[in-house]
Amino acid sequence: MAKTIIPFGPQHPVLPEPVHLKLVVEDEIVKEAIPALGYVHRGLEKLVEIRDFHQMVQIVERVCGICSCIHAKAYCQGIEELMGVEIPDRARFLRVIWGELHRIHSHLLWLGLFADAFGFESVFQQFWKVREKIMDILEATAGNRVIISVNVVGGTRYDLTPEQLRWILEGLTEVEAGVKALQRTMLDDYTVKKRTVGVGMLSREQAIELGAAGPTLRGSGVSQDMRQLGYSAYCDLDFEPVVETGCDSYARSTVRFRETLQSIDLIRQAISRLPGGDINVPVKGNPEGEIVTRVEQPRGELMYYIKASGKKYLDRCRIRTPTFANVPPLLAMVGGIELADVPVVVLSIDPCISCTER
Amino acid sequence: MLFMTPNILKNFVSKRATRLYPFEVREPFANFRGELVNDIEACIFCGMCQKKCPSQCITVDRKTGVWECDPCACVYCSVCVDHCPVNCLSMKNDHRKPFAKKFMYTLQGTPPKPKKAAKKDE
Repeated sequence: MAKTIIPFGPQHPVLPEPVHLKLVVEDEIVKEAIPALGYVHRGLEKLVEIRDFHQMVQIVERVCGICSCIHAKAYCQGIEELMGVEIPDRARFLRVIWGELHRIHSHLLWLGLFADAFGFESVFQQFWKVREKIMDILEATAGNRVIISVNVVGGTRYDLTPEQLRWILEGLTEVEAGVKALQRTMLDDYTVKKRTVGVGMLSREQAIELGAAGPTLRGSGVSQDMRQLGYSAYCDLDFEPVVETGCDSYARSTVRFRETLQSIDLIRQAISRLPGGDINVPVKGNPEGEIVTRVEQPRGELMYYIKASGKKYLDRCRIRTPTFANVPPLLAMVGGIELADVPVVVLSIDPCISCTER
Repeated sequence: MLFMTPNILKNFVSKRATRLYPFEVREPFANFRGELVNDIEACIFCGMCQKKCPSQCITVDRKTGVWECDPCACVYCSVCVDHCPVNCLSMKNDHRKPFAKKFMYTLQGTPPKPKKAAKKDE
């Protein structure tokens, strides 16, 4: 059959994100994919001109609706480094706890959506049921379910009481049991493997060459995680990146599954080593200079470039999100697969388009 | 499918995970940021909340003593609550009920006396 172009997205029944791909199809086999982005561009970076650098914390939190806390952390970290502010030890650990809670909720959300993409509805609902406990923890400790607004320049806004810490640990035990109950379904099930093993291949060389980030990169056997840089309190915790060598959708989902359990472990470590003391330090003056700061988002490496010239308003705040880095690898993965596998492969990079377009 | 069966059977006998909202409502958490309230009697109309608000939803009129907040523009970050010098702002831990028409949360208080007039009174 002759080549046909089939539009995929931005509105698609199984795709939660507004990404548009023009799929060049020949006999149900995808030959090529041409992406089109720009459906949810909001121009948040431009706001640095009219909002001062303290107010920008609340704005960068709204870049992403899933990993908001980590965006604010990256931004605050950059400003603090520019201004030479040393945040208290307790704040460093609190940032890890909230950041990892966000990672767990993002990964559980994704695992559910991934199961939904290959039509396993009961696993989807089960993962989201487990995730609800994490949302409750976030709401009770930080005042909101997703946009928790805990980071400020100079530390954190809220503290965790010993009762709350105990309650978090109890909740995590519940979450761990819930996730482990789904382990065999997600990793050993014949139906799941049939749809994911060997689908959406991205070799180690391709992943490096095309600049993949996060679980997409680690699923191709590259041991790279920004948490190895030791920002916040990661330098004081035992941390080893999760790596899989399968190079396919199955490997990427396994990385995320194992990372969920690893995050639970990291929170436990952080709580057991949580030092006392203040949670923030007063910040005076304005930032000056240029800085690049990187953190690990649930989807991969998040980079902030900040330029300031000693004024209340920043000159530039450039945000590079992991999905932006993962679009070229996605196009490489989509080539040569069957049309029916496209939603599964697109979801396997965990796209967050509102992050990418800001 | 085989590995999912124990979970499914367990779900049959365990408690329901969802609630029959709105007939059954969970108690809100104590720290939840649901609604911004202002104790207008204690307000000194300093305008700090207006200055610090990232979404610029608060307008303070010092002369007429009107404090206004647009609940549809507010992002419930509670930055204003943190910066209020007299602690008259607070967050209610229950969210507002849905509404069909946009409105402004307007409060009328006693405006502070101008500095000169205040001195004369003394």
